Amino acid sequence: MPGNNPAMLLSAPILGSDCIIFDLEDSVSLNQKDSARLLVKHAIETLDFGSVEVVVRINPVSSQGWKQDLREIVPVYPDAIMIPKACKEDVEEIERFILEIEEEKQLTKKVKLMIIVETAYGIETIVETLRCSRRIECVLLGAEDLTTDLGIKRTKEGYEIDYARAKVAMAARAFSVQAMDTPFTDVEDTEGLVKDTLHAKSLGFSAKACIHPNQIDAIHAVFDPTQSEIDSAIEILEERDRALSSGLGVFSIHGKMIDLPVIQRAQNIVDLARKTGKLK
Amino acid sequence: MKNALGRDVPGHPYLGLQPIERIEYKQIKSLKEDRKDKVHYDLESFIKTLPLEDKMTLSFHHHLRNGDFVMNQVMAEVAKSGVKNLTICASSIFPTHAPLVSLIEQKTITKIIASYISGPVADAISEGKLEDVCLLQTHGYRATSIMSDETSIDIAFIAAPACSPEGNITGSMGPSGCGVLGYAIADAWYAKRVVAVTDFLVDVLVPEIPACCVDDVVKVDRIGDPDGIVSGTTKITRDPVGLRIAKSTAELMKATGLLKNGFTFQTGAGGISLAVAKEIHALCLNENIKGKFASGGITSYLVKMLEDGVFEELYDVQCFELDAVESIKRNPNHHKMSAAKYADIHDPDNIVNQLDFVILGATEIDLDFNVNVTTGSDGRIMGGSGGHADTAYGAKFAIIVSKLVSSRISVVVDQVTTITTPGGTVDVLVTDRGIAIHPRHQALIDHLKATTNLPIVEIQTLYQRALALTGIPEKTQNLGRIVALSQYRDGTILDVIRQIDTAE
Repeated sequence: MPGNNPAMLLSAPILGSDCIIFDLEDSVSLNQKDSARLLVKHAIETLDFGSVEVVVRINPVSSQGWKQDLREIVPVYPDAIMIPKACKEDVEEIERFILEIEEEKQLTKKVKLMIIVETAYGIETIVETLRCSRRIECVLLGAEDLTTDLGIKRTKEGYEIDYARAKVAMAARAFSVQAMDTPFTDVEDTEGLVKDTLHAKSLGFSAKACIHPNQIDAIHAVFDPTQSEIDSAIEILEERDRALSSGLGVFSIHGKMIDLPVIQRAQNIVDLARKTGKLK
Repeated sequence: MKNALGRDVPGHPYLGLQPIERIEYKQIKSLKEDRKDKVHYDLESFIKTLPLEDKMTLSFHHHLRNGDFVMNQVMAEVAKSGVKNLTICASSIFPTHAPLVSLIEQKTITKIIASYISGPVADAISEGKLEDVCLLQTHGYRATSIMSDETSIDIAFIAAPACSPEGNITGSMGPSGCGVLGYAIADAWYAKRVVAVTDFLVDVLVPEIPACCVDDVVKVDRIGDPDGIVSGTTKITRDPVGLRIAKSTAELMKATGLLKNGFTFQTGAGGISLAVAKEIHALCLNENIKGKFASGGITSYLVKMLEDGVFEELYDVQCFELDAVESIKRNPNHHKMSAAKYADIHDPDNIVNQLDFVILGATEIDLDFNVNVTTGSDGRIMGGSGGHADTAYGAKFAIIVSKLVSSRISVVVDQVTTITTPGGTVDVLVTDRGIAIHPRHQALIDHLKATTNLPIVEIQTLYQRALALTGIPEKTQNLGRIVALSQYRDGTILDVIRQIDTAE
């Protein structure tokens, strides 16, 4: 969401997304950077975002504005700072500067990081980048810039980014951070959005960025558990409780032995169902 | 005298919702002959033949909406006669009727009765230019008051999109076809004299207004501009916030249990209201629910729902779009209805009483759920009830849909500037920042909280949420003379509208 649009900032908490990214980078023109920075700062200070996580995308280290972005934004405690065109060197430099601000301002909570990998170098060095900072909570694949960097055409089918998707999902899992898929840019094509999201989910992504609020429900529909998944998860957890109270270490449902990974998956589904309102 | 809502009003104060006493309407006037010599070809010379007198009441309908030429044409000629102190009883007045302002200033017109007024005439009234007090009625009560002779019409000028030489009128034909003439029916049957003004003389086999009502037929070049007939607000919103409100509304409707086979539904032509219709459309198709009817002003979207089998029938009191005009010509399940059939309080079988759901807008809604769609927060007239108060009363579930804050103004206020619809007839407010249900539905509130994840809060909470965004707005207080009255569908007075202070 462009950081220089007050009406949009005002509606940010009510659009139904789990997280909102206020942008100070590409969607804000050069002569609007300072007003965007101040607007976003005041929005974070003033508005009640409820359970919606607030992330601010700063300008890249190669630009002039990134330090000023951090000086204004870090002290108002966003949930995370998003680093564009991320690589190990940039993340380290940004983290050092954040630490200076946190110490100088005596901030009580350390800000998290969300990184966008959107260059060939960023993809190929993602493991080093993820290893370099414990603040990183999420990695977002930026396919538009990546395909530009590769000099290839971005298609709706997205075969050209399959390698990058697999690499990001795998690396994110290895470091226990969330993998967020690249946005689907045709805001009129809901069917295409669903197909693209399903594909990302099948590769291990657990979230998807969107560039228009009308995409939010379709993405939720893909990632939210279905009613049968919820019913099955509840049955597993109830059976586990019965087994535990009877002193049994193992149990089966419908003739299938239930082991720890299955129980953990069931618990994840129930947690997600509660979070998304599908389960009271 | 203070009414039941605490407003100081003249005349018959609103006493709260009372049992309805049936009244007998006066006999309709003697029927006219089926003559062919009713036709006149020059409006100017025809008006000179009318027995115009001071203090007469002349009526007009608004089916040509902002494309209407008839009221301006007729009143320009009437003014030439030199009569003064006329009452205009128009079902609605739009910006296109700006020429009436000079007639108000010249005292040709000194009183106006209408259900909705926007544009320069509304401004003139707010600024105190109308000598007498304007009466803002509901669509239903306009018909009731005409039929009961409370409003006695001397001459009704009926813009007739198609008219036979005998005076058979239909809205469905002609270059200015507007589909339905529901708001003109009471005028036609009860006015002392009825003049059809048409630009399309043709045999009319199925008239909405039969020749026996009509005294004169005047042929003019054009009665209206079809482009202006279309309401300007009939596009489904693309605003993500509006769409989210619509989605919540549909979820709420489903959760009430009333959205089942045979349900009945009315929605306005506003962007969010239409988005609700779209949500209901999809929901009904997915779950194979078939409604009995949709009613009111009919939009293209409701026509689509009829054609897709979501509703068995449409009851149409005015067409908002040209698709509805076409539909009513060809679809036998798309019915025309009069304003009286729609909302006359003394007809127990009126359509509004059969509604399960109505989706309505609001300029303001207060902590008692009273709604204002008549004035802005500065007290300036910018609309009127139309069918708002009628449908809110009749429907089992009257739902107000609105953004909580729009252009830095909260829709929820501690007290509405003007009461258009009493809070006792409003059931729910759905906003982008929560849903408030009237506390008289405590069992429903408990049920919805237990079984759904709908964000149900008290209306005070919404008010506080709005104030957190807007700050506490400075109160404006108009102390000018009373320029208009907000009249309820039982004829009692809900509120007064005062002259605004134009000195800056």
